[in-house]
Amino acid sequence: MSALPTRRQEAWRYSDLVAVARHWPVAVETIDVPAGATYSDIIRAADEGIRHLAITIGAGGTCRLTILDAGRSYGRIAIDVTLHDGADFQLGAILIGRGEQKIELVTTVRHIGVAATSRQIVRAVAGGTATTSYLGQVAVARTGQKTDASQSFKALLLNRGATANAKPELEIFADDVKCAHGATVGEIDAGALFYLTSRGVPPVQARALLTRAFLSDALDGLDEATTEALDAEITAILEASS
Amino acid sequence: MLVIDNLCAEIDGKQILKGLSLTVEAGSVHAIMGPNGAGKSTLSYVLAGRDGYEVTGGSVTFRGQDLLAMAPHERATAGMFLGLQYPVEIPGVSNLLFLRTALNAQRTLRGEAEASGAEFMKLAKAAAEQLGLPFDMMKRAVNQGFSGGEKKRNEMVQMHILQPWFAVLDETDSGLDIDALRVVSDGINALRGPDRAALLITHYQRLLDYVVPDQIHVLMDGRIVQSGGPELAHKLEAEGYSAIAA
Repeated sequence: MSALPTRRQEAWRYSDLVAVARHWPVAVETIDVPAGATYSDIIRAADEGIRHLAITIGAGGTCRLTILDAGRSYGRIAIDVTLHDGADFQLGAILIGRGEQKIELVTTVRHIGVAATSRQIVRAVAGGTATTSYLGQVAVARTGQKTDASQSFKALLLNRGATANAKPELEIFADDVKCAHGATVGEIDAGALFYLTSRGVPPVQARALLTRAFLSDALDGLDEATTEALDAEITAILEASS
Repeated sequence: MLVIDNLCAEIDGKQILKGLSLTVEAGSVHAIMGPNGAGKSTLSYVLAGRDGYEVTGGSVTFRGQDLLAMAPHERATAGMFLGLQYPVEIPGVSNLLFLRTALNAQRTLRGEAEASGAEFMKLAKAAAEQLGLPFDMMKRAVNQGFSGGEKKRNEMVQMHILQPWFAVLDETDSGLDIDALRVVSDGINALRGPDRAALLITHYQRLLDYVVPDQIHVLMDGRIVQSGGPELAHKLEAEGYSAIAA
């Protein structure tokens, strides 16, 4: 990982390479979740930069990551996960891009053990001429029988000039697996917006409420206190940007 | 309360309202009946200020203010309420959050103090109970998984919490069984008073047996073509709109 990436590389096609050069090379941070252990973390990314995490989850171990990536001109988080027998990986990620920001998330989830489970829920919102990108690969090795993997990406575009890129990728070499994935890009529902405003909610607040509701899927399964705290952070970010 | 004068409106360049005039005084309930495509729902959306409905002529004065100059949320804050024919589902936003946000947004815009959590819950519980909506449904996402009747009850719960001066109820009775119709009608009647008024838009005389209007207007092809007392509904039910058109 020493040569500067180029746009020819799929994983870097939507990057801001000028910004990438400022942060190159990127040190890989390794996280080892031992067999049977539980690991969870919330990553808040607000300053320009790139992070690359390499996570190995031992047999029966679980890892839950929550990402709130907002407010930086360029940001990239790459996560490589390797799952051993019966391991579980859960990712809930929220990407918020405004102005000319470029926010990228790249995940590679490798199922090398039997009966491991993984789930990625990524919700992105882009306003202005911002770009949010998600590249998500699920790779099931020949040894990854009984894998249960799912990936869901949904993006909300707040302006005509905003962009969302989605590149789900499945690579499966085992024959007894469940791998689900879905990706959608849409706009705020005009009917819901009218409904809220017709009840007296100002449009800025209504949009923020609908956007937050859209993003909240990514917080699914977190405890109430954590969800509330993140919800408040998200609301502050959304209301400040509108 | 509400004075509509020679209102013309179009959608996608197609003229729907063609010089509609109507005055509703405080303390009264008026009903609008009319065949499909007459412009009933267009009228309700124009009054609420929905995007895409372009007013091309005429005026609407609401409690002395130019209604058409106001944004939808300002109209609501001024006391205008539209009960939707097809209430919208909003995944991820609970009914309680939706209502508390709306109530407090209105209060803030009027310069009043926001409702505290306890005050709001009391209001919400009372309204849900009156309209026969299980309180559990108040905690669920707005209208998601609600039956047609539950959605309409939910509209009435919202009306009771927001306490508007003027309610436009667009086919609030459609999709209701007889018991629900009675509950919803009671809900509408409970909000009648000398300072309030309502405009019921309906296809059926049935609702008007429970919520007896002061006046009934027949809307056809974008205009009010006939007005009369409650007996007009019975005449329409017996003879149909074609008798009036003739």
